[in-house]
Amino acid sequence: MKKESKDAAYWKANIRLIIISLIIWALVSFGFGILLRPMLSGIAVGGTDLGFWFAQQGSILVFLALIFFYAWRMNKLDAEHGVEEQ
Amino acid sequence: MDQFTINLIFVGASFALYIGIAIWARAGSTSEFYAAGRGVHPVTNGMATAADWMSAASFISMAGLIAFTGYDNSSFLMGWTGGYVLLALLLAPYLRKFGKFTVSEFIGDRFYSQTARMVAVICLIVASTTYVIGQMTGVGVAFGRFLEVDNTTGLLIGAFVVFAYAVFGGMKGVTYTQVAQYCVLIMAYTIPAIFISLQLTGNPIPALGLFGEHQASGEPLLQKLDQIVTELGFKEYTMHHGDTLNMVLFTLSLMIGTAGLPHVIMRFFTVPRVADARWSAGWTLVFIALLYLTAPAVGAMARLNITELMWPNGTNEQAVSVEQIESDPAYDWMATWQQTGLLGWEDKNNDGRIQYYNDADADMQERAAQEGWEGNELTNFNRDILVLANPEIANLPSWVIGLVGLVAAGGLAAALSTAAGLLLAISSAVSHDLIKGALNPRISEKGELLSARVAMAVAIAVATYLGLNPPGFAAQTVALAFGLAAASIFPALMMGIFSTRINNTGAVAGMIAGISVTLVYIFLHKGWFFIPDTNTFTDADPLLGPIQSTSFGAVGAMINFTVAYVVSSMTKEPPEEIQEMVESIRVPRGAGAAAADH
Repeated sequence: MKKESKDAAYWKANIRLIIISLIIWALVSFGFGILLRPMLSGIAVGGTDLGFWFAQQGSILVFLALIFFYAWRMNKLDAEHGVEEQ
Repeated sequence: MDQFTINLIFVGASFALYIGIAIWARAGSTSEFYAAGRGVHPVTNGMATAADWMSAASFISMAGLIAFTGYDNSSFLMGWTGGYVLLALLLAPYLRKFGKFTVSEFIGDRFYSQTARMVAVICLIVASTTYVIGQMTGVGVAFGRFLEVDNTTGLLIGAFVVFAYAVFGGMKGVTYTQVAQYCVLIMAYTIPAIFISLQLTGNPIPALGLFGEHQASGEPLLQKLDQIVTELGFKEYTMHHGDTLNMVLFTLSLMIGTAGLPHVIMRFFTVPRVADARWSAGWTLVFIALLYLTAPAVGAMARLNITELMWPNGTNEQAVSVEQIESDPAYDWMATWQQTGLLGWEDKNNDGRIQYYNDADADMQERAAQEGWEGNELTNFNRDILVLANPEIANLPSWVIGLVGLVAAGGLAAALSTAAGLLLAISSAVSHDLIKGALNPRISEKGELLSARVAMAVAIAVATYLGLNPPGFAAQTVALAFGLAAASIFPALMMGIFSTRINNTGAVAGMIAGISVTLVYIFLHKGWFFIPDTNTFTDADPLLGPIQSTSFGAVGAMINFTVAYVVSSMTKEPPEEIQEMVESIRVPRGAGAAAADH
């Protein structure tokens, strides 16, 4: 029983991390890259605006950072909750 | 040395390398055949997955699509990379923990239903086969252009090479071959881009050069590009012109479709540990990003170069003369590509010059009337030649012919690596899910390995035949492949992991609803079974508001989720042991044992 509730806490922490990561994922691509682009048009980046940069470069860089952050954080969570592989 | 010999050396050397690797990494067991013995390092696996994923579409087509449309086609960049976030967070670690060989096996076990497994197998085979046809056609075209052999011979050579290393090497051979193919394709893509970026902006990194200064004019590159394309009546490159909702849904469909493509998901079965599956997705995206961050620069710079070549004295002066195209070496590529039928020009008004402009634009029609132009004279510019012709278009220094050979080898590497990955997905679906899973469960390991090889040989034969006789709808079927993967496989996998409540009836109902609605929507716009003129709507004026058929995968996925949820909540919850299985795949502890008891 004790093991199960421990696993449940691990899963809850994982879900929280996934939700935060996916909010950032959506914000940089659908947000900054598409829907919020008109709002960011005042910020100039090399001959165009920030929204264009996010659509063609920034979102990809943030995706990369997100995956590595998630992997690093999860591997730590595994150890904290004692669920890592041997 | 002439161009032909150089192309031959580059392509021949790369092929010899692939076959050499396959002999070295020959698969001996089903585990090695399907999953490379699970002994592949995350970085190696990431590189192989990147080559697996980046097909002829990424290498050859994408920069061209961006070049001629601009910002609106950023969907390809965000969609085809953003899917990896979904894969890394929502699927890869859990599927690795589950520890079986195929995607359909997971769906069958999780939803304790042979029907669910078979529905998944059918989706997988249809999606993969349509994709393979595109790759084989690409192989034929690349051979035709660079080795001056006819399409059929080119395709047969390509099929033979894939056969040699995929059939004997299995996943192990394919994995190591794909590592070599990644190196070839990324060099072929980035080296010309670096020199073009240096030439135009002085910055050796194309992704930075794109936002840098155009040295010849002293203005920012993108501003200069916007200026010259609008002077010719085309839409501003950096601006948003299409429908916003459609762009969002198209991007989302590409993301979900990427995360649902079986040959990519399969790669995460091959890493040793659950933690490695997480890292592996990150490494895959690192290697993909090297190309994807470069692609928008390749597109914008090529568009600028082409426009300036057509208007050497500026867009307000006289256009390039026919005589210059025929005699100036900077225009040699135009004659070469004209022979392939992918590039064409015609001096309609017989003024000895080729005017390239948007003849549908009102302002340009006025200028045309004044100057006596009779329409756009660069009559045909196939988007697919942009990357292949890029070093020549930019008129790079004399050793450019070496780069052309490298680009040829790179394009072939991209097409062959993806074809091999897809063929592997098809053969494991046939031998593992269809034969061992349904028809003959008592088949020996040796028998299964043999049937996997036979299935792959048959798949290559079918793909070659269809590559030689393309069904005429090859381009549309890519939308179908993504739509299917997005509307069926991804939601089923995700619900299988994140919900203990979704049961067999719900999952099957969801998959069937998602696929059928998506299929009907595509057929309504592209014609029933892609037969021309049987469509009721067009993508210019779609059935549901602005939603084009290529963007419908995301809607199909939502239908799948909803139907599965509603049906499951009305029917019995899954048995105890299935709920326990779901709980167990959520924690990494004890991974590795799962595969052994199979």
